[in-house]
Amino acid sequence: MAGVRVRSDAMPVAQTGDLLVVDHVTMRFGGLVAINDLSFRARRGEITALIGPNGAGKTTVFNCLTGFYKPTEGRIALLEGAADASDIDAATRTVHRHAVSNGRGVYLLERMPDFEIAAQAKVARTFQNIRLFSGMTVLENLVVAQHNKLMAASGWTLKGLFLPSTYAPAEEEAIATAKYWLDATGLTERADDPAGDLPYGAQRRLEIARAMCTEPRLLCLDEPAAGLNPRESAELNTLLRSIRDKHGTSILLIEHDMSVVMEISDHVVVLEYGTKIADGTPEQIKTDPKVIAAYLGVEDDEVEEAEREAEGRS
Amino acid sequence: MATAKGGMEAASDEARDDSLRTVLIDAAKAAALMLALGVPILLLRTDQDMSNRLVLLPRFGLLAYAVVIGWALGLMRHLGARGRIVFAGLVGLAGYAVKMAAGDGDTIGGFRVDLLAPALSSFGILVVGLLCVTALYLAARSVPESTVERTALHVPEAVEIWGPRVGLLLLAAYPLLALMFAGSAGSIKWIDNFGIQIMIYIMLGWGLNIVVGLAGLLDLGYVAFYAVGAYAYALLATSVIPNTIPELGPWAFWICLPIAGILAAMWGVLLGFPVLRLRGDYLAIVTLAFGEIIRLVLINWIDFTNGYAGISGIPRPSFFGFPFNASDEGFAATFGLEFTPLHRTIFLFYVILALALLTNWATVRLRRLPIGRAWEALREDEIACRSLGINTTNTKLTAFAIGAMFGGFAGSFFAARQGFISPESFTFMESAVILAIVVLGGMGSQVGVAIAAVAMIGGTELLRELDWLKTIFGNDFDPTQYRMLLFGLAMVVLMIWKPRGLISTRAPTVYLKERKAVSGDLVKEGHG
Repeated sequence: MAGVRVRSDAMPVAQTGDLLVVDHVTMRFGGLVAINDLSFRARRGEITALIGPNGAGKTTVFNCLTGFYKPTEGRIALLEGAADASDIDAATRTVHRHAVSNGRGVYLLERMPDFEIAAQAKVARTFQNIRLFSGMTVLENLVVAQHNKLMAASGWTLKGLFLPSTYAPAEEEAIATAKYWLDATGLTERADDPAGDLPYGAQRRLEIARAMCTEPRLLCLDEPAAGLNPRESAELNTLLRSIRDKHGTSILLIEHDMSVVMEISDHVVVLEYGTKIADGTPEQIKTDPKVIAAYLGVEDDEVEEAEREAEGRS
Repeated sequence: MATAKGGMEAASDEARDDSLRTVLIDAAKAAALMLALGVPILLLRTDQDMSNRLVLLPRFGLLAYAVVIGWALGLMRHLGARGRIVFAGLVGLAGYAVKMAAGDGDTIGGFRVDLLAPALSSFGILVVGLLCVTALYLAARSVPESTVERTALHVPEAVEIWGPRVGLLLLAAYPLLALMFAGSAGSIKWIDNFGIQIMIYIMLGWGLNIVVGLAGLLDLGYVAFYAVGAYAYALLATSVIPNTIPELGPWAFWICLPIAGILAAMWGVLLGFPVLRLRGDYLAIVTLAFGEIIRLVLINWIDFTNGYAGISGIPRPSFFGFPFNASDEGFAATFGLEFTPLHRTIFLFYVILALALLTNWATVRLRRLPIGRAWEALREDEIACRSLGINTTNTKLTAFAIGAMFGGFAGSFFAARQGFISPESFTFMESAVILAIVVLGGMGSQVGVAIAAVAMIGGTELLRELDWLKTIFGNDFDPTQYRMLLFGLAMVVLMIWKPRGLISTRAPTVYLKERKAVSGDLVKEGHG
């Protein structure tokens, strides 16, 4: 494509404070290139938005991050503590899937199976088409999310089966955690109703609550505001901000609703046809001629013209 | 006729046209359908004449009855719930009255007609039948319908608390009750054929319920684990123990029971591995094949299993070391009782009762543990499970292993009870029956599975008790021959009437304020 520069080459090396480091990731399905040499960073304690027109490959990025797809090429690393680029390179040279030592941890997500990414690297996600356990109650959905913690507490079932009293405190704690997130998402009244009975907006909130019950470092939200009315969108913004500020969970979100994206994101990455076309603060993105072109469909030469003008001004 | 009622009810809708003209047209259509079906199926019967030649005998009378029944079913569609019951009752009574009036003699389709009028031709039966049935319909039509809407059955708290306890007490007292009411000679049938047989299937149903009902993995080869358990006990008790440590003889059953369970669980994991990636129909086919492989190995590995001839002389369980025989060391002599084979039967009943209760206890407990919740979550949505960090491989394998283990226990008990096993006992039909029990009971429901097992196994056993039917249908009528027919019919009717099984609601495993049952419509059936 003419006029598209590969900016990922200019990507700075990972530094302390980066949480997610995506380096030169390409995903091909047969002849179709869904993601083309994508690199970006998501910083700890920030809300990073991934936007782009339909079919740009946003959900594919999510599926690569969470292990549902294995990227054809590239590296996806999740950093913990003071880890930086040197730790990533050191971990990459080993055969291990993750390396954690004195407060510096690196999880190479492209090497890990999906459930391990959720269990160990602590990346939780929601789905574009909501995937709740609809025949289980709201509370059960939140308790299932704490599976790994509870499995350990129940002595991998044996202790829970034969010495139920030793398991009971863990279960109470799990219910307390669930109760906390029910209150935070305003679902306490519906706790004992089947998840499939909730209205659409409540199901979206429940999916976020369920993901938060896994105590994630990074929460990946796939179009959390889809199908919400403006009031619900505003409530969602408040919820996401509180997750970022109170729980130290960083958020990566895919969203089409610009009122959500521009208001709460600290950092925005724009994809078009699987390629990154812009990366910056919401203000920078709003005025980026390539983004405007991608969204409004402007001719390529007009974009170049606008870019020259922009460069001339600065 | 009563069985067809449920189907008709489901098919009817609220706003229907009940004018007599529509009703009669509908009934005529049903009668015509019956005629069309009846001509090829019922009309001609092959028989041999005096010189052994094959001849065709027309049965116009039978066909006439079928058409009248079709007409009656057509009419019944236009009645309310109460009207249907009244109508079905009236038609049944009328039929029985005709039958009784006729007495013994030449019959047509089981019903005698010569007394009504020897000259009354089949056409006469048809006309009189249609008129009578229509008259009865008009009578039933005038029955007032209840306007109260049917609400969900609400179980009072007292029943919820005391129901299981009373049920358990009744089960524990069952052999004694049978002894009281049927005497020592008659009670063997009730304890063995009904009690033990049904309990075995309840246990198998509960075991399979873990795999199919909770984890949502459709397993058509469950009988393989039953076979593994049975052969494990049979081979260990007849070959291994007598040749190594014969002193353990009386304890063989108690030693082999856990081993059989563990072996079956191992085979469960072995089956689990290759089918981990399979879903739905593919999973069902592979598990079916697995069941057949086990059976074919049992048939063909003659050195090991003795093939079709099976294994006989399997030691019976002892009363914790005291064998049930007439010897001085036997159970009866030790406890100062008179020897009777009934002791063993009663003991076996308690053993299978204990094993079944163990299965139930484990399932109920496991459901409330993280592993059980993970099984149910897996049934609901596997991808969501993985996104929450649940290792679905382990979750599926534990479901297979634990389900198989209980199958193995039941198999080992089966071998001990029969004293003889052969591959004949482990055909696909058994898997199908066990799966039918789970599906009819309501997948995931312990009580539903138990009720379904009682109805299906007890029902087929009851057919042996229906000798009085011979007074109606003639001496060559053998109700047990209709076993599979009734079985299939019951399944079709139940699936129309209650598509999610007898008990379709799901009880939540944990609650904050109030335990509300989850409607079966929301609960997924699993991808398997």
